[in-house]
Amino acid sequence: MRKLLEFLNRPAPRGNFFSRAINAAPFQVLVCLLVTAVVVAAAVNEYATNKYLNVGYTPDQPVAFDHSFHAGPDSVLGLDCRYCHNYVDKSGHSNVPTTNTCWNCHSQVKTDSPALALVKKSMETGEAIRWVKVHKVPDYVYFNHAVHVNRGVSCVECHGRIDQQVVVGQQKSLNMSFCLDCHRNPEQVLRPVDKVTDLAYKAASPAQQTADGTKFVHDWKVNPPQSCSGCHR
Amino acid sequence: MAHAHDSSSERPAILDKVRPAELPRSPLILNNRGFHWITDKVCGIVEEETPLWWKIMFGVALFVASFTFIGLGYLVATGTGTWGLRSPVGWGWAIVNFVFWVGIGHAGTLISAILCLLRQKWRTSINRAAEAMTIFAVCCAGLFPLFHVGRVWFGWWLLPLPNQNGIWPQFRSPLEWDVFAVSTYFTVSTLFWYMGMIPDLGTIRDRATTWWRKAFYSVLAMGWRGGNRQWSNFEMAYLLLAGLSTPLVLSVHTIVSFDFAVSNVPGWHTTIFPPYFVAGAIFSGFAMVLTLMLPLRAIYRLHDVINQYHIDNMCKIILATGTMVGYAYATEFFIAAYSGNSFEKFAFVNRAFGQYAWAYWIMVSCNVITPQLFWFKKVRENHSLVWIICLFVNVGMWFERFVITITSLANDYLPSSWGYYSPTIVDIFTFFGTFGFFSVLFLLFVRFLPLLPMAEVKMVAPQADPHAH
Repeated sequence: MRKLLEFLNRPAPRGNFFSRAINAAPFQVLVCLLVTAVVVAAAVNEYATNKYLNVGYTPDQPVAFDHSFHAGPDSVLGLDCRYCHNYVDKSGHSNVPTTNTCWNCHSQVKTDSPALALVKKSMETGEAIRWVKVHKVPDYVYFNHAVHVNRGVSCVECHGRIDQQVVVGQQKSLNMSFCLDCHRNPEQVLRPVDKVTDLAYKAASPAQQTADGTKFVHDWKVNPPQSCSGCHR
Repeated sequence: MAHAHDSSSERPAILDKVRPAELPRSPLILNNRGFHWITDKVCGIVEEETPLWWKIMFGVALFVASFTFIGLGYLVATGTGTWGLRSPVGWGWAIVNFVFWVGIGHAGTLISAILCLLRQKWRTSINRAAEAMTIFAVCCAGLFPLFHVGRVWFGWWLLPLPNQNGIWPQFRSPLEWDVFAVSTYFTVSTLFWYMGMIPDLGTIRDRATTWWRKAFYSVLAMGWRGGNRQWSNFEMAYLLLAGLSTPLVLSVHTIVSFDFAVSNVPGWHTTIFPPYFVAGAIFSGFAMVLTLMLPLRAIYRLHDVINQYHIDNMCKIILATGTMVGYAYATEFFIAAYSGNSFEKFAFVNRAFGQYAWAYWIMVSCNVITPQLFWFKKVRENHSLVWIICLFVNVGMWFERFVITITSLANDYLPSSWGYYSPTIVDIFTFFGTFGFFSVLFLLFVRFLPLLPMAEVKMVAPQADPHAH
């Protein structure tokens, strides 16, 4: 400490403190700051967003249920989404099926498969299978499945082509601008209600989608809220 | 007039006898002090050994400032409920304190910009300290709305930055305009203050004897050499910044007043608010300048540079703006009665005779009655009295914001949702601490930066006028 004070209080140099070369310093500092600002902004834009942090989240599930085998038009079985998620069009909350739903078929099919051991055990003990939740929104976001599904918003809009996934992972960013994109332009996504669970459905052309969508918005009086309290209740 | 025209060819005899009285301007620098004296005086404040009073004051200021930061820390850790904000009063002391401090921050730029454009030479003796006061007051002011948002770590949401929420701040809200108004004001004031200081920093640098001083002031002086070209650029930049900050003096408090006036709460929703707020801000700002400068003048014996003429001028500005504020109070009542709006009428009767009548009458006596004493020359020459009156003005202006903010919210349209607001101990500590925070910054300024603009004071000294003799 004393040494430092002696160093600081030693006599001032005669003449200019800085050499002429320092004249370039302000410009150099400015350039460094600008470059840093651009790099930081680009990095935040890429890495600190849901599309980087959350998309691709594919946790291991207790039972290796294969959606691509069971559900959808291209699958072996071709089940409708609502066979298992049977409250999605009736309730704000879309249910994960109980073991009983599995057991409807698996009491007969592949009863001794080791992959189904946990299902069997759950059926015997009555203890639920602890599925891991994949698609999460913050707890201050109110999302009602039934309202969307009954107004022609397909499962695929938020969940992607789950019918092609062996293990379910998050495919869309699910951040707020993702919600607002649809809420601001609902005509770009609305489809006939009977096509909601047809994840492969596409309107004949983008122009057709806009025309159909605009008609649905009008006929069904679709008015998606854009105010804060629409979702943050 | 006809007579005057007729005799225009020959001078009227009467004028030879009655010579117009000479009205000498008061000298701005007394006792014929020269340039060298000014340099020594101002640099001496920075160069002398740290005085004992400064050390004591700095310790006290740090201690008081800790109240603010402990209060804010507690608020962040616990939640905004620790402030006395309850329905119906959602804007408590935090907003009162914000408007109070921002108001104080008005004198600096008024003195440096508007008085500069109006060629009021007396401003040079006080403008540096007033600008510093402005900047530090805005620092104190900014704390309150920033922490009032609750989750201060989301404070950057106030800025229009692209974000993955896909939304912008609410540009139609006067609170958002405030963000721009105050931050622009802060930036321009700081630039103006710093740029004006560069020649003086160069002087201090050249006089430095120790290594750290030379290093410190060399960085701050940014290579100032005092050459002709530098001076000519400096003068032009100063003029441009003065022009740029002149509208800001008016716009900042106008927009602060919009926080209230744009809402539809009785007692807030009035068109008089912008001029009324600006007058009040200049009023409180000048009171704060005098509150700070009178003790500094005594401590550093600056009587020749800040003389009775300067104090007189500031007292007269306080008198004028205080009277304007009083006129605004009266106008508010008149309009409330004249409007025929029963809610508006009630709001004002309630202010004067309702549950906050005590605050209203403190406000009126401090803001309208006390400054009237400045009509008397004897009062303006009694500097202890001037200082005390300025303290009263500061108190009164705080109460003005309290009255406006609280009374209107506590008793608005629905009697069923009326309430009575009281601050909590956290409110009180946080506000009390800002005086310490302000003092810490101001004491550092006094100790390390030139308190008076040496170069500008020299320009208005009689010696600077080549035609003086």
